[in-house]
Amino acid sequence: MSRPPLPTAAVPATPEPPAARDPWTPTPYQVARVRRDTADTFTLWLRPQDGGPAMAFLPGQFNMLYAFGVGEAAISVSGDAHRREVLQHTIRNVGSVTGQLARLGRGDSLLVRGPFGRPWPIAELSGRDVVVVAGGIGLAPLRPVLLHLLRHRRQYGRVALVYGARTPADLLFAPDLARLAQRGGVQVEVTVDHADGDWHGDVGLVTGLLGRLKLAPERTAALVCGPEIMMHYVRLELGKRGVADSQIYLTMERNMKCAIGHCGHCQLGPKFICKDGPVFTFAELSGLFGRKEL
Amino acid sequence: MMSPPAPQDFEEILAVLAHHPFFAGLSVPEREELASCAVRREFPAGQPIIHEGEPARGFYALVHGKVAIQLNVPVRGRVTLQTIADGEVLGWSWMTPGAQWSFDARTQQPTVALEFDGPAVLKLCEAEPRLGYRLMTRLSHVMAERLHATRVQLLDIYGVPRP
Repeated sequence: MSRPPLPTAAVPATPEPPAARDPWTPTPYQVARVRRDTADTFTLWLRPQDGGPAMAFLPGQFNMLYAFGVGEAAISVSGDAHRREVLQHTIRNVGSVTGQLARLGRGDSLLVRGPFGRPWPIAELSGRDVVVVAGGIGLAPLRPVLLHLLRHRRQYGRVALVYGARTPADLLFAPDLARLAQRGGVQVEVTVDHADGDWHGDVGLVTGLLGRLKLAPERTAALVCGPEIMMHYVRLELGKRGVADSQIYLTMERNMKCAIGHCGHCQLGPKFICKDGPVFTFAELSGLFGRKEL
Repeated sequence: MMSPPAPQDFEEILAVLAHHPFFAGLSVPEREELASCAVRREFPAGQPIIHEGEPARGFYALVHGKVAIQLNVPVRGRVTLQTIADGEVLGWSWMTPGAQWSFDARTQQPTVALEFDGPAVLKLCEAEPRLGYRLMTRLSHVMAERLHATRVQLLDIYGVPRP
């Protein structure tokens, strides 16, 4: 790499694993900050109401956010797992709960249960090339692992982020993407489906950008999050380039309701997404992913 | 009809063809035949290189840079449909004699490309059917990929899911 790695002194190699807690008991949090990211997506910064540290989590895990009087929704954590003073969630306003969360302002309260689920395989990525492929809001669950890779840049080989969105106005964390591309150390490729003539970036599918990466398939792991149809095509394209299904990780975020594998809402064949996932390898979902009946 | 490349350009074009993914697997004599139909072109950023409605007389193999395929849509203005970059090819309307370009193409970055003389390539394909078949197979693959990309883009996969 041409640029020096980020300082890693005094930073643990992996974030602190979450302490065991009662999964049914929510914790009161307060909104410390709100940012409108795009027309339908926003980010909340949350602090525990008791003034203590925010809950520990691992990149890829999710919380259940409870909007008073409306209900709960499963939302991935989008912040830095090494920072304990605040919890960050990036949310798309697509339903009643997320609609109510979108109406929260600084100082408002909500309840949080979590963290839940199987995280990205951080320990297994050490020493390998890592390709992160995100589509739309799918960048949010990948942001914590990207921050981890940056923080411990020297522990990994080539790192690339390939991100697709609907239009330039729908790109999440756009200033972060620009900074990431400028400072080097990570190959950043961004594309959109639709753009006017003023957009000077790429237009086309994320799969079209994978050809720009110098992939050594035997030492590459891919982390993928986006619409299932996008993940399907990404898997096919990575497969053509020699990356095995066992090395392609995806996060499935279907219909999660109770978060602990009791209610069955998120069941995918024999798997419960909330409990067995949401992170799986494609090999683990063999025969399940993309099946019409499921 | 373009002038054939000068000898020094011919060698440079041959070297480019040897490494360009679109021409991978072609024999040296086949690449030499194609090189005689091409010229090397350099375009600054923002340069229009194809105009909708004008005669489609050839295609471009991009060596370096980026080109936006665009349409001018009334009220909306210029819309970018797709971008093409290093190692890709631009244009297939030329395969039908007398055809016109159905879009605009404009460079987004300083771009180097090989411009192929469409009528000369078609003549070569008729004279050398094996080369013609291999070339058309490659162009069909490009067309199929672009059609697939367009279909997926039409799905609006990043929009709000509707049951």
